[in-house]
Amino acid sequence: MKRKTLFTIDAQPYRQPIPVYGYFFGSEEKTLAVMGAIRGDEFQQMYTAAKLVQELTRLEAEGKIIGDCGLLVIPCAGQFSMNVSRRFWPLDNTDINRMFPGYDKGETTQRLAWRIFEALKGYTYGIHLTSLYLSGDFIPHIRIMDTGWQENAEGLDFGLPYLITRKPRPYDTTTLNYNWQVWETRTFSLYTKATDFIDEKSAQEATDSILRFLTRHGFLKDVPLPEGEATQAVSEKNLVTIRNTCGGILLHCRPTSSQVQAGEIIANIVDPYTATVLEEIRAPQKGTIFFARHAQIIAAQTIVFRLIPG
Amino acid sequence: MIEEVVSAHLPVGETLRIQKNRIEGAEPKKRRLAIVTGTHGDELEGQYVAWQLARVLKKRQPLLRGTVDIYPALNPLGISTIYRGLPGFDLDMNRIFPGSSEETMYEYIAGGIIEDIAGADLCIDIHASNIFLREIPQVRINEQSAEMLLPLAKFLNMNFLWVHSAATVLESTLAYSLNSLGTPTLVVEMGVGMRITKSYGDQLITGILSVMSQLFMLEEPCPPVAPPIVSTDGNVAFVNANASGIFIPRVRHEERVEEGQLLGLIADPLSGGVREELHSPASGLIFTLREYPVVNEGSLIARILGGAL
Repeated sequence: MKRKTLFTIDAQPYRQPIPVYGYFFGSEEKTLAVMGAIRGDEFQQMYTAAKLVQELTRLEAEGKIIGDCGLLVIPCAGQFSMNVSRRFWPLDNTDINRMFPGYDKGETTQRLAWRIFEALKGYTYGIHLTSLYLSGDFIPHIRIMDTGWQENAEGLDFGLPYLITRKPRPYDTTTLNYNWQVWETRTFSLYTKATDFIDEKSAQEATDSILRFLTRHGFLKDVPLPEGEATQAVSEKNLVTIRNTCGGILLHCRPTSSQVQAGEIIANIVDPYTATVLEEIRAPQKGTIFFARHAQIIAAQTIVFRLIPG
Repeated sequence: MIEEVVSAHLPVGETLRIQKNRIEGAEPKKRRLAIVTGTHGDELEGQYVAWQLARVLKKRQPLLRGTVDIYPALNPLGISTIYRGLPGFDLDMNRIFPGSSEETMYEYIAGGIIEDIAGADLCIDIHASNIFLREIPQVRINEQSAEMLLPLAKFLNMNFLWVHSAATVLESTLAYSLNSLGTPTLVVEMGVGMRITKSYGDQLITGILSVMSQLFMLEEPCPPVAPPIVSTDGNVAFVNANASGIFIPRVRHEERVEEGQLLGLIADPLSGGVREELHSPASGLIFTLREYPVVNEGSLIARILGGAL
């Protein structure tokens, strides 16, 4: 393993220059790169990348990375925000993951996106450990932007429960995932269960899934790993969105991953003054809870669940 | 008349209502002008325009033909919390249009706003700058819509019409969405965040009255307006900080500068030193100037409108 300073963020005079490190393994080839936390609350993403650094360091020392394979892991590029408890860039609240491919002469977060992208460009495979714009619990999964350049079948090689394909919306076109693909890297977003707290089981599952991908593609040898799951591919447009019509306190009845029946109550919206049930949120059909909003109180007309039918 | 555009229940005992002030003249269905502002909660220049325009039009109601809808706050929760974005939501409001009835509350609200404005003869979407930059009164037009919008924009009494390139991400703005639906929409930028510049607001109100005359919505002569500078991206030079620190300007907003002229310093109050001197890359007019002193590496300091001035 070689640790290199990819760039530093100038934060003088009141904060010191902040380094962003890349951890390199194997050869000089650009085989696979993993981007960890970009936002300041992506603790789970940083931790997952850190666990991967730990695992790859051990595997490299044991000679289990094949000769021409070169790997890069960037655990965190969000230190400036993370150290002051902010999700986005603290000065202007902009999101680095809405600034790709970046611009080296542009605004601060455009420059940071450009520097991150310079480090990540040219790899055959790219994995971004990312988080959604809505707080909630997911079943761990791989997500691929359906840009027309992607290879969906490779998303099955992680052995995670689901592979979700998504047609990009205009605001997706400035994300790392979208631009990485445009620059001809086969790109996957890996969503674990958590974002702003550490979920050890889910972090281990994500780390194992990346090692499984590397093994299945012949870049690692003789690495015993859990078998993984038979991944089910689902287009995002086929997910069933369950929304609420009342605002109030949100009380979940069934956790993520639950199998639910048509008509089953899966959450209640409760009056914040009287605790009476204002709305029963029912599953419109049989399926698996793929996403559940994480919120104590919730406004009306909002996604509460996403269900995988069947 | 105050009307509700769209609403949704908030979690605890409150309803988020988007409202508009409808002012009708003769033949109210014949023409409709929409004046919208308050998408970003820290942009308050449009608050003065909404207030003053309503007063001006009420006085002129006998001369008014058609309907003027004034939407003073597309993001009322942002304005009430001194927050640029949508409280509790990651995406910028001007990146979620045309909205959706299948996603979040704010996308539902965005969809209701679009539905209400669509079909107007003209929409004017008023923005201030953010708290960091001060802007001269200007209209920004996506190059894809330039042919349709430039003729009317010239009557808006703004100093500058900036025809900018089309970025995919801008497809989710209010203006792009409305223009795509065939509702001509002009985007005004002026002043600075969290402040009201009365002179700019009055200048825009004169422009709005002028445009209304052009649309045959006011039975009075078109008030005189100054012709704007029309420019494309090629005539605009950017100055960004390359060091973090405190920006100390050496020029004033709306000043004309020469190429190489010192625009300001990035000061280091800890050491008393200068971290960077910033010079103008072109001769021209400073139409954007840094207002907020704290800068990071990359922070925008100024935009210079060069070329044939």
